[in-house]
Amino acid sequence: MMRALSNLNPQTLRILALLLVLVLVVLFFATQIDRYLTGRLFNRVSSSVAIMALIATAQTLVILTRNIDLSVGSVVGFTAFATGSLIASVPELHPLLLVSFSMLLGACFGAFNGFFVAYARVPAIIVTLATLALFRSLLVEFADGRSITSSQLPQWLTSFPNTRLFEIGDFQFRAAFVVAVVIVLVVHVALQRLRVARKLYAIGSNPEAAEMAGINQKATVFVAFICAGALAGLAGFMFLARFGNITVVAGLGFELKSVAAAVVGGVNIFGGSGTVFGALIGAVLVDLIETSLVRWQLVSEFWREAVLGALILTAVALDAIVMRRLVALRAARHHEKREREVTGG
Amino acid sequence: MADRSVLSAMWARVQTWEGFLVCALIFIVLMNTALSPQFLTVSNQINLFQLSIEKIIVALVMTFVIINAEIDLSVGSMMGLAACTFGFLFQAGVDPVLAIAITLLVGLVGGALNGVFIAYVGLPSLVVTLATLIGFRGLARVLVEDRGITDFPEWFDSLGQQGLIGPVPFALIAFFILFAILWVVLQRSGFGRKTYVIGTNREVATFAGIDTAKHKLILFTASGLVSAFAGLLYAARVGAVRGDVALGFELDIITMVLLGGVSIFGGSGTLLGTLLAILIVLNLRNGMALLNITGHIQTGVIGILLIASVLLPRLQLSTLFGARKRQEGSA
Repeated sequence: MMRALSNLNPQTLRILALLLVLVLVVLFFATQIDRYLTGRLFNRVSSSVAIMALIATAQTLVILTRNIDLSVGSVVGFTAFATGSLIASVPELHPLLLVSFSMLLGACFGAFNGFFVAYARVPAIIVTLATLALFRSLLVEFADGRSITSSQLPQWLTSFPNTRLFEIGDFQFRAAFVVAVVIVLVVHVALQRLRVARKLYAIGSNPEAAEMAGINQKATVFVAFICAGALAGLAGFMFLARFGNITVVAGLGFELKSVAAAVVGGVNIFGGSGTVFGALIGAVLVDLIETSLVRWQLVSEFWREAVLGALILTAVALDAIVMRRLVALRAARHHEKREREVTGG
Repeated sequence: MADRSVLSAMWARVQTWEGFLVCALIFIVLMNTALSPQFLTVSNQINLFQLSIEKIIVALVMTFVIINAEIDLSVGSMMGLAACTFGFLFQAGVDPVLAIAITLLVGLVGGALNGVFIAYVGLPSLVVTLATLIGFRGLARVLVEDRGITDFPEWFDSLGQQGLIGPVPFALIAFFILFAILWVVLQRSGFGRKTYVIGTNREVATFAGIDTAKHKLILFTASGLVSAFAGLLYAARVGAVRGDVALGFELDIITMVLLGGVSIFGGSGTLLGTLLAILIVLNLRNGMALLNITGHIQTGVIGILLIASVLLPRLQLSTLFGARKRQEGSA
């Protein structure tokens, strides 16, 4: 069994394992909760994953380069609020312009982070810890006690997340979810196939070797932060569209959730390995468990966070242990093969 | 000549990170004193400590953890869990003294849990303590749900709220005793040297015969224990416990330690630096409050200060003045 599995690419293996866990979780709750396996569950999970998937993708881009972005929650909050105020004062603005505005704003925040991390060489955890507070206080200053309400927003914006693009049985595929999944898949394929994007992995695996290979480390990290910022900005737009009512606490705590989703999805916190698709499944898993626990009669809903913490810890511990076994197994087989060659030849 | 060497020795002192912090502190205190005559009074200074006493106690242990090239994000949640454990037990009719003992035990076990996963399973501390940040907070909410627990015994509340020796409250005395003990441990004992060595290079430390896993387990257990103690102090000071006690405190605590010149990559920093950074943050916040600057903006300013604390030494003050760089790590 282990032998057969070890032939697979570790990333494929991770995703298969995650999907298996996902199915097991669904089956488990299906036995516990009445009328669980309905389209409503899918709809509920998919609309909140639409936001979290984007943030987890943003986080993954940065983590791949051996950095971390703790400011995503504040960026989401600020862009959601700013985008909301913009459309409230200029209601006739074209939707595409509005989306570009939120992504551009997010990219600016990302550039701020990226500049300090890449060019001033301040560790990412320090920079983004600081900007987590800084961007939030900018938001408080900018908001000046006001908040955005859904009545200030145009109809097309608030109805966007719930627009049904197509349905399969009870499963409604809503616009926000479809857009988010498409973006995640595009980023995923780009990361696997594009030469430019592979640089992120190279830097994360071994910064010195990457530099030797002629990769401009600073520029790449800078761009990674800008892209992450733009994705967080887009998530801010989605957040605004979904909730409509935005206060200064919008997006609070998203940074930890996004790191959790990425890590559960098999992204190595020390960079260099992991996939965006894995992070997407991680986000789905985290969200599915949260949503299901609320409906589980047997335990009070207050168990949600405790279970989530335990889940992350177990996922990461299992991943580390299994991966270590696999690496050892491969090394042993490699050794065996070499020995056979030597004795045979 | 003698004068000049004394001066240059003093100048060298100023150019160390601690020296820079002292100068910044003096500047802030002078500014604040100019702003308000009430500032430099004993009661205001005690009050200023008292309002953040839980955070600064945890910052002392966090200094060890970060010098060891690890991080503990779960401290705020552990403080919350401890406060809620105490509240829960108290409400269930357990004797308060026993409840305190059990609460400290919870801290010990929680910290050890972190330690085992980090030291023996070999997971990154960032991930483990992120998971327990969520998990401990979750347990805290399970214990008290959405209730608020108050009406602790008289002696418990007054321990947190009133002066024990003159105007100086118990928590402040505990802080300085802990500071003295930890200072000796970090700067003058073998355990402290090992903390630096492991933080500088874990592999080398292992080859030098140090049981690095055990060392890390001890540090994280201590971190959990002290956080639980701080959580109890919070319960006593505020006189009430809710599920969101100490939410987000980890950021303030880590900021104080990093501002104190402790390198996030481990291996360098001093407890004195942390103390100075604590004084700076407290006085700065107090000064901004005097200027009617709101809490959120204060946090933003502390954030800028955090980036600056890493950037400034990079800007090579030494090349400007032609002398030595920021002193890394030595006791």
